[in-house]
Amino acid sequence: MELAPTSRESQPQVPAGGLGGGSGLPRPGRLGPGQRLRKTLRHGDLIWTLVIMAMAVLILATMAGIGWSMWQGSAASRMKFGLSFIAPVTEAFWDPVNDRFTAWPLITGTLTTALVAIVLATPVSVFIAIFLAELCPNRLRAPLGFTVEMLAAVPSVVFGLWGIFVFLPTVVVPVGRLLGSTLGQFIPLFQGPIPASGMSRLGAGLILTIMIIPTVSAVSRDVFTAIPRTQREAALALGATRWETISQILLPYGLSGILGAVILGLGRALGETMAVTMVIGNNPVESSGSLLKPGATMASAIANEFAEAVSQQHTSALIELGLVLFGMTLLLNIAARFLVWRVSRRFATGAQS
Amino acid sequence: MIGLTAFFTVFALIPLVWIILYVTKQGLAGLNVSFFTRLPAALGQLNGGVLNAIEGTILVTLVAILISVPVGMLAAFYAARSPNTPLGIAVRFGTDVLSGVPSIVIGLFGYALIVKPQGHYSALAGGVAISIIMVPTIIRTSEEMLKLVPGTLREASLGLGAPEWKTALQIMLPAAISGVITGIILAIARGVGETAPLLFTVLGNDRFEIGQIVRSGVQGRQSVGQIGSGVLSQPTDTLTLLMYRYSQQPYPERVQQAWTMAFVVMLFVLLANVTARLVVYWQQRRMGKL
Repeated sequence: MELAPTSRESQPQVPAGGLGGGSGLPRPGRLGPGQRLRKTLRHGDLIWTLVIMAMAVLILATMAGIGWSMWQGSAASRMKFGLSFIAPVTEAFWDPVNDRFTAWPLITGTLTTALVAIVLATPVSVFIAIFLAELCPNRLRAPLGFTVEMLAAVPSVVFGLWGIFVFLPTVVVPVGRLLGSTLGQFIPLFQGPIPASGMSRLGAGLILTIMIIPTVSAVSRDVFTAIPRTQREAALALGATRWETISQILLPYGLSGILGAVILGLGRALGETMAVTMVIGNNPVESSGSLLKPGATMASAIANEFAEAVSQQHTSALIELGLVLFGMTLLLNIAARFLVWRVSRRFATGAQS
Repeated sequence: MIGLTAFFTVFALIPLVWIILYVTKQGLAGLNVSFFTRLPAALGQLNGGVLNAIEGTILVTLVAILISVPVGMLAAFYAARSPNTPLGIAVRFGTDVLSGVPSIVIGLFGYALIVKPQGHYSALAGGVAISIIMVPTIIRTSEEMLKLVPGTLREASLGLGAPEWKTALQIMLPAAISGVITGIILAIARGVGETAPLLFTVLGNDRFEIGQIVRSGVQGRQSVGQIGSGVLSQPTDTLTLLMYRYSQQPYPERVQQAWTMAFVVMLFVLLANVTARLVVYWQQRRMGKL
């Protein structure tokens, strides 16, 4: 096909091999991946495409870089301690002077405080999600939902400040004393008098509860909103009350989505640093496991000690803590996204009615 | 049932109201002019301020914005344009992962990446760490906003012969701009409130004062580049970091300043969040009325 040239500048570039990239048979319609790239580049968008691809690759490189630098930095500690670093021990060490470290009390501290937060925050968050998604009067929905999300906007260090001077003395100490005097007599988990300052794993767990409620309730609310209306209508048409609809139809339907929300909240609770560091009391070898005693988490140990760590082993041990944290939250995030994705697929395919 | 669930909702709001009221009450007491204009004074002396932290916060946040906004928006352009390519899927996955990494681990990464090779703590390292925290928010909101732009707009532009970059920057970006700016404001609010990544990237500096660095640089006949790198390569302080340090000290005047800093930071963060959501709300109302 020949085009009559109108002027030099406006002569369109018709590739010699015909449209479709020129390599292989020209197929009308769909372009193969390599042909699409070549077509893009031919139109002079080389720089733009390369730049945005480079930025995308940069994101991936950052993620990989974090994992890699944690791996590298912890080499000395991994070589010296191997798996015994994270293994359960009865006698714990966290000894920068003699370079002996066991991370087990820190791991249990992290898991305990996070677990307390999850156990307390999940029911509250699910109730909030039910209220905002189903039962709330329409006019109040936006303001109330917004206010719950504002809780997530408060900086962690402000939570910590309020925690030390207000929440611990006013709430945690009385609750701790009550638990210690009643359950603490026969359950080791609640044993021992709580310090007068209130600094304890319980305090950290309670503050974490407050901090993850917005996350878990927001995702749960999205799950409930995504359940197809037909489910509700079918239940109501069969004579179910509002509560029966919620508890017997909606909750089971959205259960895996709520599980995803809980896992996301757990991930946040595991990685939370400042508020926990300020209220947990910093005792990295406290081995009784009691909630009422001061302890430490992996994040709080890093925050407290890294700037002053002198020996190579100490620094390396702290970076290994960072490696464990990174691995944990990575796995949790993958699991949570997978669950939420599975729920959304189920709603998309299951809405045929 | 309404009663029970409504009760829990209000119950969850109690800590928020409590924190806001308490921080405001405590913080207002220490709010005065010298708080904003002076460096920390020695213990026992009156009229100290937190100018080092205020300037440091602005500096670190600026560096973080300059890094994260271009990178985030360009990556969002790629993800919005090619969502189903391997790289597009990987970018979305990487963004999710980055948003879940604990902020202290990001601080460790900033230390390993910049502080250790350079040999000193700096605002640059802090800015890089905060930018890693800001990027996922910016990518997510920008990508959502770009996807909301009608496909016909993009196709019309390309059909008229505009190259891809012009379509993106001059057609699609202005169409999505209010959402993108909302995302940037939310990311800034989050970045300003972060402490853990700054613990060992900027370290803290009671004597940090940009005006002084610039003045001595000018007197010493340094070039703009040298003065600039001088400002960026010192240990710095931020409001959140100084607040944390002061909260650990047993001196009432330090603790009072911590409360006032908490008030300033919380006010900024809450105002930014409210503004961002108001913008979205007004936008939706305008759209709804069309």
